[in-house]
Amino acid sequence: MYAFLFFLNFVLIYTIFAVYAERKISAFIQDRYGPMETGPYGLLQTVADLLKLLQKEDIIPLAADKRIFKVAPLIIFTSVFAGFAVLPLTSDFGGSQIETGIFYLLAIVSLDVIGILMAGWGSNSKYALLGAMRSVAQIISYEIPLGLSVVCVIMVSQSLNLQEIVYQQGIFINSIDPNAQNFLFGIKALGIETTHIGGFLTWNIFRIPFFFFAYLIFFIASLAEANRAPFDIPIAESELVAGFHVEYSGFRWAMIMLSEYGMMLLISFLGAILFWGGWNTPLPNIGAVALADWTSGEPGTIAGHLWGAFWLVSKALLTVGLQIWIRWTYPRLRLDQLMNLSWKYLTPGAIILVLVSALWRLLMI
Amino acid sequence: MPIENIIFYAFLGLTGLSALFILLSKNILYSAFALIATFIGMAGIFVLLGAEFVAITQILVYVGGILILMVFGIMLTNRLSQAKVETEVYNKFFGILISVGLFYILAKAIEMADFANMGWMKNAPSSPSSVRDLGMKIMTDYVLVFEVIGILLLLALIGAVRIAGNTREEGADAA
Repeated sequence: MYAFLFFLNFVLIYTIFAVYAERKISAFIQDRYGPMETGPYGLLQTVADLLKLLQKEDIIPLAADKRIFKVAPLIIFTSVFAGFAVLPLTSDFGGSQIETGIFYLLAIVSLDVIGILMAGWGSNSKYALLGAMRSVAQIISYEIPLGLSVVCVIMVSQSLNLQEIVYQQGIFINSIDPNAQNFLFGIKALGIETTHIGGFLTWNIFRIPFFFFAYLIFFIASLAEANRAPFDIPIAESELVAGFHVEYSGFRWAMIMLSEYGMMLLISFLGAILFWGGWNTPLPNIGAVALADWTSGEPGTIAGHLWGAFWLVSKALLTVGLQIWIRWTYPRLRLDQLMNLSWKYLTPGAIILVLVSALWRLLMI
Repeated sequence: MPIENIIFYAFLGLTGLSALFILLSKNILYSAFALIATFIGMAGIFVLLGAEFVAITQILVYVGGILILMVFGIMLTNRLSQAKVETEVYNKFFGILISVGLFYILAKAIEMADFANMGWMKNAPSSPSSVRDLGMKIMTDYVLVFEVIGILLLLALIGAVRIAGNTREEGADAA
């Protein structure tokens, strides 16, 4: 329950500042100033925009399918927000710790496709319909490499529970399994035990070095899932005006934007949890200099909560920053290039990685 | 009333009402969306019965996969041909007769079967379902069935590609 309240407020506040960051970063990349007038450094620009959006008239096109049109933004946001229900924020705080956590997350997030279809179809507009079609084709295609790269992690961690996956990547591994050990690069034959060294050495991305490529696939696919550039043909401004949400205004439009940024955050959290150690500290214990112990509290203590939340949130926000950076750096892909990338490169690559992770798991035991 | 019961009845209501809506609605697209609600309601009931894995598989496969393709199909045909796709009612008499008869047979069979006292129900572990056990069982005791289903799905995939690819004529520049 507390996790629900926390994540709801966190997503709302984060979105305000993510939109601001998006404007400032794009301005920096394009050698402009970005928002300057409202508040110091334009910090209140998004707040002002939000106030404007809330006051705007809720316009519904005359020929639209009104029931479907009205309910679509709610479905998009609900399905994205439902994904937050299983995220572990710290060692002892977070959403539900169900045994099928990551499986649930991937299933429930894929429901936002329904909302997008409803929005596109209900608008009764060519732009919206085309945008929705593209969006759905893209999301369904990229779910496959995304799912396979997640399977790589599951094969190594032998668990679908997100909290358990995080525990395995740090110095508190023995609090869930007293006999568990971590080795450098996960290879037991090397004989260098890192169980009590922790830090970045036990993160999945370092524990199993080829996971870097798995993360690359995960990251590319997650950009496509969130309809972000360079995979933003569903909302390509130059062709489709705004894609599936072209007819929306006011609060409903704000909901759609909220779910887009919420999706970015969710997928960043997920990447941090699966590959970058979740709430574990990046600093290792080096002999007497116990950096890992100093920068992470025991699970359940206040220090544990604060350090855990700090590390996980900073990792997630850095990933969001990376997404924004990429959006303003790369041009968008053409539809056929998009499908080629997913089906001819990412999916076969992810299948090979699944095989490699099965073999690597043999080295770890 | 405990909160679990309230949630259970809410999901029950969602399932029942949306199933009724599928029957009564003339608009085939609304029916498809109502079917999504039915499946989600059923997934909720599965969760409350302790079958977490089945519930999520239900959402992933039926709602996330099959139904979205269905809605996609309806939408494409509907908007492009400009004709309204509506369901009409045929054979009212036999329809009602068969459905009532089927309902009677099922209800009677379930009542007579007395599931709660069956041997395999009594021997079933009372602990919540474990994904690990399920995986172990699939990869050992039921591996043959698992592999056969895999081959079946592969065949279906190849067939679909063959049917779709046959009618497609690509220009030389289309990569």
